[in-house]
Parts: sequence; C-alpha cells; structure tokens
Amino acid sequence: MPTEPKTIDIEAIQKNLLKAVADIEGKVEGAFNIRQNGDSVGRSSTKNIEIKSREDGKPGIDIIVKPGTKGEKVHIPVVLIESGLNDMVYNDFYIGDGADVDIVAGCAIHNCGADKSEHDGIHTFHIGKDAKVRYSEKHYGEGEGTGERVLNPTTLVHQAEGSFCEMEMVQIEGVTSTIRDTTAHLGKNAKLNVIEKLLTHGSQNAVSNIDIHLDGEGSSARIVSRSVAKDHSRQEFHPVAIGNTDCRAHIQCDSIIMDHSIVRSIPEIAANHPDAQIVHEAAIGRINSEQLVKLETLGLSEEQAEQVIIDAFLE
Amino acid sequence: MLELKNVSFRAGSGGGDVEILDDISFTLPEGRILVITGPNGGGKSTLARLIMGIEKPSSGRIFWDGEDITDLDITQRAQRGIGYAFQLPAKFKGIKIWKLIELAAGHKMDEMECCSFLSKVGLCAQDYIDRDADASLSGGELKRVEIATLLARKPKIAIYDEPEAGIDLWSFSMLVETFKNLKQDEKQNIVIISHQERILELADDIMVIANGHIASYAPRDEVLPQLRLGPIVDDGCPVPGWKSEVQEYAN
Repeated sequence: MPTEPKTIDIEAIQKNLLKAVADIEGKVEGAFNIRQNGDSVGRSSTKNIEIKSREDGKPGIDIIVKPGTKGEKVHIPVVLIESGLNDMVYNDFYIGDGADVDIVAGCAIHNCGADKSEHDGIHTFHIGKDAKVRYSEKHYGEGEGTGERVLNPTTLVHQAEGSFCEMEMVQIEGVTSTIRDTTAHLGKNAKLNVIEKLLTHGSQNAVSNIDIHLDGEGSSARIVSRSVAKDHSRQEFHPVAIGNTDCRAHIQCDSIIMDHSIVRSIPEIAANHPDAQIVHEAAIGRINSEQLVKLETLGLSEEQAEQVIIDAFLE
Repeated sequence: MLELKNVSFRAGSGGGDVEILDDISFTLPEGRILVITGPNGGGKSTLARLIMGIEKPSSGRIFWDGEDITDLDITQRAQRGIGYAFQLPAKFKGIKIWKLIELAAGHKMDEMECCSFLSKVGLCAQDYIDRDADASLSGGELKRVEIATLLARKPKIAIYDEPEAGIDLWSFSMLVETFKNLKQDEKQNIVIISHQERILELADDIMVIANGHIASYAPRDEVLPQLRLGPIVDDGCPVPGWKSEVQEYAN
C-alpha cells in the first residue's frame, strides 16, 4: 500500500549535490526516492504515485503513476560519495493513461579518492495512452580525487497512442566519461522531444547514441542536441531516426568546438515508408568571432564573452 | 576628446598591401556630433573600427581624453567609454534581445526599461524582448537591435556605422528623432557614418573621407552645400563612381 504523502529533511545528505542535479533544497515534497552510495536513503509515495523496490531482485525501483494523475512531480536523484563504487540501478516507470507528470532524475558523483566511481542507470518508461511526461535528467561530477567519475545512462521509452514525452538530458560539468544510450518506440500519434545539452572539458569523453523508432502512424519526434567541447575533450553523437510509417522527425545537432577538442556528429535518418518525412541538420564550429567582438565592445573580456555565448547556447 | 595623429592602415590583398587609410589626423572636441560620409570603400568603417580597437593602425597614434589608447584592446576601450554599433550586426543563437540590452547597459533591467530602448529604434518592444537576437530577425530588425544596444550602453563616444542601412522609412524617421534627442546631451560625442541628408543635417561637423584621406572636415554649413553641388574631389581628382544620397536628394 502506498504510504501517505510526507516530507523529510534531507540536510544531512549532500545538499550541494542534490541541488546540482535535482534542484532540491532542504525538503522534498511529493513522491521521491533518494539513492546514495547504492542504497535508498529516503523514499515517499503519494496517493497517486507509488514508488517501491523491484520484485525481480535487481537493484532499483518501480515508479507507478495512476491513470489520470495530474500535475504531480517525482524526484529520483542519485548521489555517489564513496570512491570506488560501481552502482548499477534499474528503474521502471509505469505512467498510467491520461496522466500528466514531471519526473526529475539526475546523478551527482563526488569522488575524493583515487578509484573509479561509476553509476549506470537503466531507465525504462512505459507511457500510457494520451499520457504526458516531462523528464529531466542532470549529470554532474566533482571531487578533488584522481578517480574517474563515470556515468553511463541507458533510457528506453515505449510510448502508447497519443502520448507526449519531453526528455531534457543535461551534463554540464565534472563527468570524466559517459556513454549515453537512448532508445524510443513511438505509437500512433505519439510525440517525443529530446533535448540534450552537453559540456565536456579536460580530457573527458562523451558518447551519445539516440535511436528513435517511429512505429505509429502520425507519430513525430524532435531531437535537439547542443554541445560545447573544451580543452582536450572528445564528443561523439549518433542520433538515428527511423520512420516506419507516415511520420515526421527532425534531428538538429549543434556543437561549439574549442581549444584542442574533437567532436564527431553522425546523424542517421532512415525511411521505411513513403510517407515518412525525416530531416537532419548538424553543425560543428568555433564560437563566431563577430559575436565575441560585439560583446567585447560592450565591455566584456574575451573570457566573459565566451562564457556568455556558451551559457546562452546551452540555455 | 578624441584625437588621431598620423593614423594609417594597410591591409593585405592579393599578396600586396593596400592603403585603406593614409596619414589621418584630426581632433573631435567634446559634445560635437560628427557625421562621416564619402564613397563606398573610402575607409569610413575602417576608421570607426580603428577607434574601437577592432583593427590596429599600421602606424600613428590614437588618443582618448589625453590617454594614448593605441595599444589598448576592444574591452579596455569599451570600459573607457567608447562604443560602436556595427554596420553588419552579429547574430546570437540563444541570446535574447533583453539579455543583449542588459549586457550593453551593464546592469539587470526590468521590462519597462528594456522596452524604452527598443521603442527608440521603432521596435514594438513587447514583441521583441523575449526573442533571440539571431537569424530569425530580418536585417532591418537586427540593425535596430544593434542601435538599441549602443543607446543602452550610453558611452562617452558613440559611433554608429550606417544606422540607416536596411531600415524602412518609418523607422528611419524615428531614428532621426532619437539622434536629435541625443544631441541634447552635450557631453556625449556622437559619430555617425551616413549618406543620408537628414542625418547630415543633424551634424555639427561633417567629415568626407575618400580614397583613404580626409577630403573635407568642417562645420556642416560649409560642407553640406559642397556635397549638394557634385562629386567630392580628392587631391584635385573627382572620386570615381560616387553618387551619394545627398546628390540624389539635391537633384
């Protein structure tokens, strides 16, 4: 049975990390599960949203949203503070027909040791008929140690007829290595928006693979990827849209390349039906010098101007 | 006060140096409106870019309020009160017009303050403040946003590079009114590069630049009648191919 809605004080748990990835300050309201160093350290369900441990023995939770639930939020942040931990978790989301919810996920790693800390989250979404989901996932790393901070998220999305899903996936700082795999199957008239924002620096590596299968008639998808690569970092993007019916899809990848970084962008579109309309755009380039000069004439230093342009690009 | 001493600028082209500006010297006293005119390619925009620090002179020195600023970069000159509205404005993906105006002013501002600058350039402010200053704007809209940034910045010397370019007649009339109002501020130096009669009429002084030289620099009432008469001569030779707006207007 779901427990009554409640709030807990999470001040003891790395406030900084929770603020960074889940915009949580002080108390969490509504349904939530906070995972720290491989264990759940706080959990609450509500009347309409149940969060429970998995029954198949794998680490992770099931999040069950009742049909027709409106305007509720779910927070499921993950925090890794122990150096050398390899945390793998399976979270399944069951969004009932006609529900309309916001889900805030995210993982923060604080590694102060020399060993690798890794979190691999496998999220599976089953989005019911006419349901709406806005999913936000932020990844962040920090810590004075030499150990790597690794985040390898896998996201699987199954969208039923008429459903809408918006996924905003952001990695701004401190993640040594990431391989992101996202796969979505869209039913009739389902709509998916994926917004990916990525910034790499130092010698970080990032790979993002996104496969969208437009299976249902009238389905549509939009993938917008914005990235900034600094220092000696490397990025690789491989967004794929496959139209299996009368459908529409648009892939747009823009990258700003700086210093000695390397960026590869390999969009792929495939039409298996004569009424599939699929478009891709990809661009990689330096910060436009005209933009820098204009901002310098407004009194900003070159570094400040670069920051303004990058912040706006990733906004 | 702005002072240029023997400023020359050469640019590489086709393997050889081309003299864009040759031994330019002049002084611009405080509180005067200077309109610079002359044929295309004569060096007007280059002169403005040299003052802003976007280009560095091949020789000569530039002084601002008694300080030699020749070796200062763009940022340092901006911080000393020099401002420039580009002939061809940059486009910014993701930067809202509101943010750009705030950056120019150097402080956060409420909607009403931001709108006041956009209204001065004939933009219906509420339709624009939340839009990106990017390629979704027309050339004329971008140009007016560019002018608004310089109005918001309120520099000690404001240089407008062909503010009329790409702007419709109605907006141009509003712009002329805005420049007239700026004229009331006797402390600000205004330099406008323009070919428009109505802008030339606002000038205290007019400078004609042709073939990299100052062909004329004198109070408006001395220069404007000459401009209406015919082609400006440079070192005794007519400037080829110059048919200015002023001449067309006079005819």
